[in-house]
Amino acid sequence: MKILVAVKRVIDYNVKIRVKADHSDVDLTNVKMAMNPFCEIAVEEAVRLKEKGVATEVVAVTVGPKAAQEQLRTALALGADRAIHIETDERAESLAVAKLLAKVVDEEQPGLVILGKQAIDTDNNQTGQMLAALTNLPQGTFASEVAVDGDKVNVTREIDGGLQTVALTLPAIVTTDLRLNEPRYAKLPDIMKAKKKPLDVKTPADYGVEVASKVTLLKVESPAERKGGIKVASVDELIDKLKNEAKVL
Amino acid sequence: MSILVLADLHEGQLAGATAHVVVAAQAIGGDIDILVAGEGVQAAADAAARLDGVNKVRVADNAVYAHQLAEPMGALLVALADDYSHVLASASTTGKNVLPRLAALKDVSQLSDVLGVESADTFLRPIYAGNAIATVKSDDALKVITVRTTGFDAVGSSGSATIEAVDTVVENTQSSFVKQELAQSDRPELGGAKVVISGGRGMGNGENFKLLNGIADKLGAAIGASRAAVDAGFVPNDMQVGQTGKIVAPDLYIAVGISGAIQHLAGMKDSKVIVAINKDDEAPIFQVADYGLVGDLFEILPELESKL
Repeated sequence: MKILVAVKRVIDYNVKIRVKADHSDVDLTNVKMAMNPFCEIAVEEAVRLKEKGVATEVVAVTVGPKAAQEQLRTALALGADRAIHIETDERAESLAVAKLLAKVVDEEQPGLVILGKQAIDTDNNQTGQMLAALTNLPQGTFASEVAVDGDKVNVTREIDGGLQTVALTLPAIVTTDLRLNEPRYAKLPDIMKAKKKPLDVKTPADYGVEVASKVTLLKVESPAERKGGIKVASVDELIDKLKNEAKVL
Repeated sequence: MSILVLADLHEGQLAGATAHVVVAAQAIGGDIDILVAGEGVQAAADAAARLDGVNKVRVADNAVYAHQLAEPMGALLVALADDYSHVLASASTTGKNVLPRLAALKDVSQLSDVLGVESADTFLRPIYAGNAIATVKSDDALKVITVRTTGFDAVGSSGSATIEAVDTVVENTQSSFVKQELAQSDRPELGGAKVVISGGRGMGNGENFKLLNGIADKLGAAIGASRAAVDAGFVPNDMQVGQTGKIVAPDLYIAVGISGAIQHLAGMKDSKVIVAINKDDEAPIFQVADYGLVGDLFEILPELESKL
């Protein structure tokens, strides 16, 4: 079985973001970028399925600017066999990405597609579900366990207040949640080897997909700044403040 | 304009989130219908009909909608969406699971986690884990929106909307429900708790997290943790509050032994009141805390528990 893994280049999760002075967007100039954390979990899961003999090939795909090839190389270093870069400098929203991925699914015919549940920049949490709808495949979102069993996959999902397990016919779309696995770090020899693995470059036009969206970003602002409060001297004073000033007890 | 709100169900009953989504729908303006879909959901439909400001409750009661699996729910929404200008759901795990399918099948974008309504086509939503707020305008014919319920009040329940059955039945051969395990804790769920008490690396080890139990019991609080505490192996990942964990906004958030890394602040800084307990008086957490208490948490926690 072939597994397709989608990854996204985003701001590193440790970086404190800055809004541009003209409020047009978040300033990404000279900011450290990395693979989206949920996508790292997706790559790890695909590689583990290959190591277990469930998968025969892992193909990583991304939609983004030229620099996003760094994240594909990371995926290759972590164990993906080859990569597809759909290059665009436009802001590709979830729907456009899902349409592009649907074309790749059509071409590659994977048994399983694994994506992060959301990217930590736009926080949309949409692409996997949209891809499932467009390809008419079942979905197991927010997965904390993925168990392939013949022509089915059981996906345990993190839902509000607990866990839900669903059985899906294959091929299927899975999106990862935090507890699915702990991604490994790429080792230096693997990073070197990854440079030689195949990486195809395509454009949205190759797939006949229009990236433009009907959603316009009007402005981006910093949330209301939270002012630091006071230091209290004792537990008694803390309880008094919470009861009588903040009125939360 | 007319708005369809997908009702949230919790164990077959109407969940509190729906009353908040109706307030978001009122801010958009227009007739508001609620869709209750599931199996054996008459009680939930009756509860939805009592919500103020609702025009009509549409009930799709069929085994295929049991557990609100994404595939049949998406297909049902597609069948009903043509009557509406907006389809809304709470940003619960059900709303997040189902609505993008509707959006994709109607070839429109979705706006996720909306926390403010400027007009019928312009909305506020958090990006970068709430570290920035985007104002976005949608020119799509159908607006598909998930609502962050902490951004909206709830309507009352003195209404009496009409209830009508939806006969649409879709097929689902692709997915089936296997099992569900809802946490049987007496404590509230982290995402919806009014009070959250979280421990960080300063707790020292997993055993010491028990020091939070008594306080959590007295306050009816959920217990969370920082990523540092999770990475150190003190507690499981599902307790993590932060950019890569749960985003919470309770009335009271108590951070114990948490320094206040950006990634943690992103997950809790919208809490109404923040208390920080830390031995390092320079810790960044104090810059966002309403009340800071500098000291040894191993002395402070037992004292706090006994005095609450």
